[in-house]
Amino acid sequence: MTAEEAVSRLESGMTLGIGGWGSRRKPMALVRALLRSDVGDLTVVSYGGPDVGMLAAAGRIRRLVTAFVTLDSIPLEPHYRAARERGAFELTEVDEAMFMWGLRAAAHRMPFLPVRAGLGSDVMRVNPGLRTVTSPYEDGETFVAMPALRLDAALVHVNRADRLGNGQYLGPDPYFDDLFCEAADAAYVSCERVVDTAELTKEAAPQSLLLKRHTVTGVVEAPNGAHFTSCAPDYGRDEAFQKRYATTAWPQFAARYLAGDERAYRSAVGEET
Amino acid sequence: MKERERTGRGSEERGGPAEAWAGSAEAGAGSADVGAGSAEVGAGSPAVTRAEYCVVACAEVWRGAGEVLVSPMGLIPSVGARLARLTFAPQVLLTDGEALLVGPGGAVEGWLPYRQHLALVTGGRRHVMMGASQIDRFGNQNISCIGDWARPARQLLGVRGAPVNTLNNPTSYWVPRHSRRVFVEKVDMVCGVGYDRAGDAPHHRLVRVVTDLCVLDFGGPDRSMRLVSLHPGVSVEEVREATGFALCVPDEVPCTREPTVEELRLIREVIDPGGARVREVAH
Repeated sequence: MTAEEAVSRLESGMTLGIGGWGSRRKPMALVRALLRSDVGDLTVVSYGGPDVGMLAAAGRIRRLVTAFVTLDSIPLEPHYRAARERGAFELTEVDEAMFMWGLRAAAHRMPFLPVRAGLGSDVMRVNPGLRTVTSPYEDGETFVAMPALRLDAALVHVNRADRLGNGQYLGPDPYFDDLFCEAADAAYVSCERVVDTAELTKEAAPQSLLLKRHTVTGVVEAPNGAHFTSCAPDYGRDEAFQKRYATTAWPQFAARYLAGDERAYRSAVGEET
Repeated sequence: MKERERTGRGSEERGGPAEAWAGSAEAGAGSADVGAGSAEVGAGSPAVTRAEYCVVACAEVWRGAGEVLVSPMGLIPSVGARLARLTFAPQVLLTDGEALLVGPGGAVEGWLPYRQHLALVTGGRRHVMMGASQIDRFGNQNISCIGDWARPARQLLGVRGAPVNTLNNPTSYWVPRHSRRVFVEKVDMVCGVGYDRAGDAPHHRLVRVVTDLCVLDFGGPDRSMRLVSLHPGVSVEEVREATGFALCVPDEVPCTREPTVEELRLIREVIDPGGARVREVAH
């Protein structure tokens, strides 16, 4: 399917998980398609990067669930910061491990999983709904009962996929994209290149097959679809462009790069390099 | 831990009990004048800089750590971690900053994607050195935001992994600019958990705080912050002035130890030949 078709399945008010990590292998082409739609009022669940920054700047987020938002080489995401400082949306701020266990709980259809993180910190203060659970064994240790982060839909980007939805990562880190797909009712996967199923294991080992087709709803071929985040080994982060993103006022950036379709985005980016 | 060769001198009024990271009195009775003593390090080599004392103080945090992952955040802690690995802590594990475990020469020796990194954190075989936008006298640390969390005056990173780190593996902190803005009475958002809030958390341990002025630990009353050593040229008054709460200061505070000739060579020629360390501590 196309990015537009994937986004047409999303609805305002949904809880939407976005894969990748910080400014790494984010499904940016799908996020750009989302920005061209009128879908909003979203609960976004993300190890945040420019995906969160753009959606926050465009006013599409009602609530954000995250442990951080960063551009990695630029530690503080400027558009996210600005949105937070003007109180633009609600925040559910949890620890990185709590976040992972929330996705895992959802993937396993568990209401919660115990996690040794959060107690003693202000994560408990700013999330008054969080409950604890005590070990029934001799140790008697108390843990945070991290609730499942069940998603209406997930968006992730990988290096290769077949048309059935078997997705492959070729870089050093899978991040948590499989968990996002397993935690979601519907998952849309963009990839650098769609290949025949037999191609997937021709040059890469089977353990690179991160996403299984039964967890994937639709596949979008999106070359350079993680731009300007990194997508190793296909390409690294476009640091120059990321810097432009971070230093350009949002209305100007959106008008220059996001007014047209993905082809227009690519040609606008190309004109600058 | 046996003291290694050292070339420096302890200042007489500060020459307190010798600990691994502190200069000892017998290491050479020098004057309190910083510039003079440093010239003893290798004929013709430039004086030891503050950034280099910081590197050594960070490295010392991992002395005796054993076969654990060292996670330095910040440039000077990273140089310190590599220095420790190349000298007195050869067993420690280091990453490339992403998903690979690497040897001192950069050879890949293992795979550690984030999901396994989080398992390693909770397994406890790790000692992290995080940054701190704010830290209080019991070691509560904030990297999330400044001001009211509901609508912050300054949004920072978010809690990141500070809650899971502090409840599961030894944690130290690095503060490149020791000031009252960082060392506060009360942090705005507790990300890393301090001693007064850890309760009976079984694996909570805060080890040290290294700054551009000094080394601190939590050996004060009720596990409050205590001055351990001063980098040469820094006074107790200077540290007190830059700290926004009452600091525990022992009667005698030694100097942070001098780097050895070999350590200086490694820092200057092998680990950070471009001198990037001065970007974090500019002298």
